[in-house]
Amino acid sequence: MNAELPIRPGPARGQVRESRPHDSAIKQVTGRAFYTDDIVEPAGTLEAYVAQSTEAHARITRLDVAAVRTAPGVRAVLTAADVPGVNNVGPVLADDPIFAEGLVEYVGQSLFAVIADDVRAARAAARLAVVEYEPLPALITVEAALAAGSYVLPSVTMRRGDAATAIAGAPHRLAGRLEIGGQDHFYLEGQISLALPGEDGDVTVVCSTQHPSEVQHLVAHALHVPVAAVTVEVRRMGGGFGGKETQASLFAAIAAIGARVTGRPIKLRLDRDDDMVMTGKRHDFLATWDVGFDGEGRLHGLKAMLAARCGYSADLSAAICDRALFHLDNAYYIPAVEAVSHRCKTHTVSNTAFRGFGGPQGMMVIERILDDVARHLRLDPLEVRRRNLYGDAGRDVTPYGMTVEDNVMPQLIAELVESSGYQARREAVAAFNAANPILKKGLALTPVKFGISFTTTHLNQAGALIHLYQDGSVHLNHGGTEMGQGLFTKVAQVVATEFGIDVDHVKITATTTAKVPNTSATAASSGSDMNGKAAQAAAQTLKARLAEVAAAEFGCRPEDVAFADNRVSGGDRSLGFAEVVTKAYFARVSLSSTGYYRTPKIHFDKDSFTGRPFYYFAYGAAVAEVTIDTLTGEYRLDRADILHDCGASLNPAIDRGQVEGGFIQGMGWLTSEELVFDGRGRLRTHAPSTYKIPACGDVPAEFHVTLLRDNPNTEPTIHRSKAVGEPPLMLGISVFAALRDAVAATYDDPAALPALDAPATPERVLAAIAP
Amino acid sequence: MTQASVSSRPRFLLGLEPRTLDLADPTRTVLEYLRLDERRRGTKEGCAEGDCGACTVALGECGADGVVRYRAVNACIQFAATLDGKQLVTVEDLAEGERLHPVQQALVDAHGSQCGFCTPGFVMSMYVGHEADKAAGATPDRQAINDRLAGNLCRCTGYRPIVDAALAAASEPAPAQADRLRAAAAAALPALARADTLAIEADGRRYFAPATLDQAADLLAQWPGATLLAGGTDVGLWVTKLHKRLDTVIYLGDVVELKGIVERPGHWWIGAGATYNEALAAFAGLHPDLAELVRRIGSLQIRNAGTLGGNIGNASPIGDSMPALIALGAQLHLRRGAAGRVMPIEDYFLGYRRTALQPGELIVGVEIPKLAANQRFATYKVSKRFDQDISAVCPAYRLTLDDQGVITEARIAHGGMAAIPARAPRTEAALTGRPWTAETVAAAMAALADDYAPIDDMRASAGYRLKVARNLLRRFHLATTAPQTRVHVLAKEVAA
Ligand SMILES: Cc1cc2nc3c(=O)[nH]c(=O)nc-3n(C[C@H](O)[C@H](O)[C@H](O)COP(=O)(O)OP(=O)(O)OC[C@H]3O[C@@H](n4cnc5c(N)ncnc54)[C@H](O)[C@@H]3O)c2cc1C
Ligand code: FES
Ligand code: FES
Repeated sequence: MNAELPIRPGPARGQVRESRPHDSAIKQVTGRAFYTDDIVEPAGTLEAYVAQSTEAHARITRLDVAAVRTAPGVRAVLTAADVPGVNNVGPVLADDPIFAEGLVEYVGQSLFAVIADDVRAARAAARLAVVEYEPLPALITVEAALAAGSYVLPSVTMRRGDAATAIAGAPHRLAGRLEIGGQDHFYLEGQISLALPGEDGDVTVVCSTQHPSEVQHLVAHALHVPVAAVTVEVRRMGGGFGGKETQASLFAAIAAIGARVTGRPIKLRLDRDDDMVMTGKRHDFLATWDVGFDGEGRLHGLKAMLAARCGYSADLSAAICDRALFHLDNAYYIPAVEAVSHRCKTHTVSNTAFRGFGGPQGMMVIERILDDVARHLRLDPLEVRRRNLYGDAGRDVTPYGMTVEDNVMPQLIAELVESSGYQARREAVAAFNAANPILKKGLALTPVKFGISFTTTHLNQAGALIHLYQDGSVHLNHGGTEMGQGLFTKVAQVVATEFGIDVDHVKITATTTAKVPNTSATAASSGSDMNGKAAQAAAQTLKARLAEVAAAEFGCRPEDVAFADNRVSGGDRSLGFAEVVTKAYFARVSLSSTGYYRTPKIHFDKDSFTGRPFYYFAYGAAVAEVTIDTLTGEYRLDRADILHDCGASLNPAIDRGQVEGGFIQGMGWLTSEELVFDGRGRLRTHAPSTYKIPACGDVPAEFHVTLLRDNPNTEPTIHRSKAVGEPPLMLGISVFAALRDAVAATYDDPAALPALDAPATPERVLAAIAP
Repeated sequence: MTQASVSSRPRFLLGLEPRTLDLADPTRTVLEYLRLDERRRGTKEGCAEGDCGACTVALGECGADGVVRYRAVNACIQFAATLDGKQLVTVEDLAEGERLHPVQQALVDAHGSQCGFCTPGFVMSMYVGHEADKAAGATPDRQAINDRLAGNLCRCTGYRPIVDAALAAASEPAPAQADRLRAAAAAALPALARADTLAIEADGRRYFAPATLDQAADLLAQWPGATLLAGGTDVGLWVTKLHKRLDTVIYLGDVVELKGIVERPGHWWIGAGATYNEALAAFAGLHPDLAELVRRIGSLQIRNAGTLGGNIGNASPIGDSMPALIALGAQLHLRRGAAGRVMPIEDYFLGYRRTALQPGELIVGVEIPKLAANQRFATYKVSKRFDQDISAVCPAYRLTLDDQGVITEARIAHGGMAAIPARAPRTEAALTGRPWTAETVAAAMAALADDYAPIDDMRASAGYRLKVARNLLRRFHLATTAPQTRVHVLAKEVAA
């Protein structure tokens, strides 16, 4: 029996620390990787289209869909009245109606859905509806909301010491203001759900989502069925970046309701324009501050106001705005702080999670402040940044009371300054600027210190499920979702390492609420940390069982049994991994186990805004060099040097991919990606023709990316690695800072503080240069 | 005379296999055909407007020389009917069983896919580039790869590994599977060529693909309200984005007479149906700035389909070719039935998207005068993003100078500054008869405000457009009088 063991002897391939290709790479390059829209639909599948509000804020005085119902190809029209359960998919508060009832609060809000033979028919029919509105005053901008005192949630203040006194007593003082634009996720695959009706009112939703459990819960509530009656499944997403954390629920719910009403499978896929108009984005912020500092540029005190455009509902804005506060310090020690965060309600789409989750906006503010301080004192901004870094005892506690225990920033910056040749290039830039009247160069180094963990403590838990089959093959499942970040590959490597077998024998399977329940979103960069640990726990349970079986066979103690090289050994005997599994089966040993993990140490008190919200920090820094054209504002990133901390990386190639991709995405946020809402609240940049994410040619020809060496996580995370999903995005701030540096070079006065808001489009750059 | 009532069916190769299409909808896109009819779902939709490249496929055509040439196009905006006589190659065709095409293997090895949704599109752009390199015996550099991939967006990787993969694959020979695809096309396509008009009638809609200019002119006389279709890079979006129903479409892509590109002693002739990419040599021959401008029109996929005739026909105020054509004094050749007429191109644009084109008339081509030794020319494109973006401002200038350096004639036109691509008479007047000096430029910069009321929209404000238009005149002056002063941030331009 088992004449042909599938498992190869020899050193096991695909263990942790190896740069394995993404598990789906071959499928992706051949077009054989299935995304939700690629699944061959069951016969009889219908398609849905969601009709949207054309008003930013209005009472609906009439919604007549009679003509829609009788249009060619139409099978059903769904309105608020057709929702069997709760007409809401709000993730935190119940403030996101599936279908508007009487009131609309943003352009693009879902009014009703048309189910038809195909989406073209559905879309055409939707136009036949008669919708009448009574317009109400609409608040579109942060400033308008601030002026009106319009908030989705109460304001929050983070406070340490007496900022006002510290500022008043400081030798220097500056006030400032910065607008930071939002960002569309622009995942290449738009939102999509395929709902399949089952018996007993059950439904399975195949959904492109980062949060299957939440989609499951919200769909169940919408259908008025127990959560157990709903299964949500996702094999992979064509990108997520936070945009499929809460935003998928609306479409999943509509598809599921459609499946219930028609008894047929329903596909709901948004085209690009609808996706961009209907779904939330990164929050744009308006920040103002008053800062006191000494002649060396060291901060004494900071008073800041951060106002976020949350849109019409709360969504995840509380946690996002909290995280902005948590990152207002970035890597710097600020003795006295008073920072207030306003969560503004506007009549625009409800903004949501996006890689960095508020952290980037917080960091942008402090980086601008330090830039101002340096320019005011005629110092190199890098020098001022270094002087303010967290340091030894006395300078190592964040404004929210967490001690920075793992601070590698001073060394990391020193290493990057050296490897990038910063000092020499600073001089070369000055020489270039002296010699060139039209083109100007700028250079900047900015650091990133990013807190890892969900700041909502209970979310920091994960589960996994592993089955071993008699042939030694491994079936791996966990609550994390794959959106391109390589999570499945990394977790498979963890499991392969645990069993000492080739990673190819670990079958990676779709995330489904039916296998691992009550999961958290794959978000907060926590995917590998938590699911890796949970899967490791499951593997260790199974290993212990196999060790018992092997020990009996070998006549040794279970703790002396080793799993390596695709074999199980003990004493002087060894067997193939598969043989041991087979023996375990015949010995009637369970070959299936769950694993569970909860992040230790973390706690946070919302009332005092203090605690240890993060298990640890991830660090990085980037140097960017740009050239601007002072006639047009056009610019180019000439070179970027990055040094990033991934702890002891599980997969250096995948981590590097996250660093590079994050950096370019961060650069896009702060340069060419501009969300333009008109006065009536209509998004004017809702497709790639008008919304410009970085293209291939925007990547600098000189692009040096290095992972920090010999820096295992000080906490016992999975194989001492660090989370890497979000932090690198904020490395893109270096590009913005370099652009401002180049802009500053156009002023005769070296202490000039050019007003450059984000995104720094060519138009904004041109407006900021010396008149 | 065309038999327009006869319905015929497009015939083509899908990879290695022959296909004959029964189109219920004559404007069904290639992407819909692939994903819905063939259930080939490797090709993705990311935008349905030609901007993201996720839908990139290769079209193979067999030239009169018997050589098969491939071009990458956006399946999302091409109509399936236009596949007639061609070979359509998709991501599923490239691997031979488990043996990957070198570009696919290189992407795996370089960690070039993360979420992978963009990947099939990149694979196809890279494959077409690989085929072209092998045919030409060329080795691309990073800049060439960037140009080739400018129409493929990736949100995950930051592109570095993808470009590395393309560079790595460049040193690999074309695999047997690529040769097999090529051979299949060479064998099958000549027999699919038509001398008559392809005519499809379905669902009350008509689609005609005439093979000659006479057939086209006749059809247009018969259907004067028909929509002319060339590369479809504007018209395709009317269907996929504006959800318009086109009743009668006359496709000009098979009309050989419209594709001519000819250099004559005093001018270049570019047929209305020549794609940007085909006309690149002509543009480069006229002026390097024109070649650079054309390199920045859309992406390679767009330039592989989009035509000069379509750019003019679309009459957008932000079409990039028109300012240069106006400044160069191009003559537009039109035809209606058997009658032709010629007009200066600036007379063609009457108002916002309103042109001098008569019902039943079509553009045949443009005659573009070459520059004389005493003429100075420049055209620039300013946009939010360098590649694959629409201009905020696009000026073109042609100055004629006498021996003394005095401007005897000025022809200046702008895109993005008015409802039509328009000349700048007051600015021209401020230059004419004056020496080409900084003082003259300053006066002319001031005059621009009298010539234009610029567009104000999500791409750029009116104020920015005007300021940039003024500053670009200064750039032109510096470029022509102080060439040592660096005025371009684009590496390519700096090098030039
Ligand atoms: C992603 C993308 C990027 C783009 N980028 C740019 C850019 O950077 N710069 C730019 O200028 N444009 C750009 N465009 C617009 C478009 O590519 C150009 O206008 C192109 O030249 C249109 O040519 P076509 O052959 O595709 O025209 P089609 O779409 O086939 O036709 C366009 C119009 O011209 C008419 N027409 C076509 N041929 C004739 C003829 N012979 N006689 C009379 N009328 C005719 C058609 O009826 C139609 O009204 C872009 C488009 C896309 C989708
Ligand atoms: S789908 Fe984006 S270019 Fe075709
Ligand atoms: S890999 Fe995700 S968009 Fe390119």
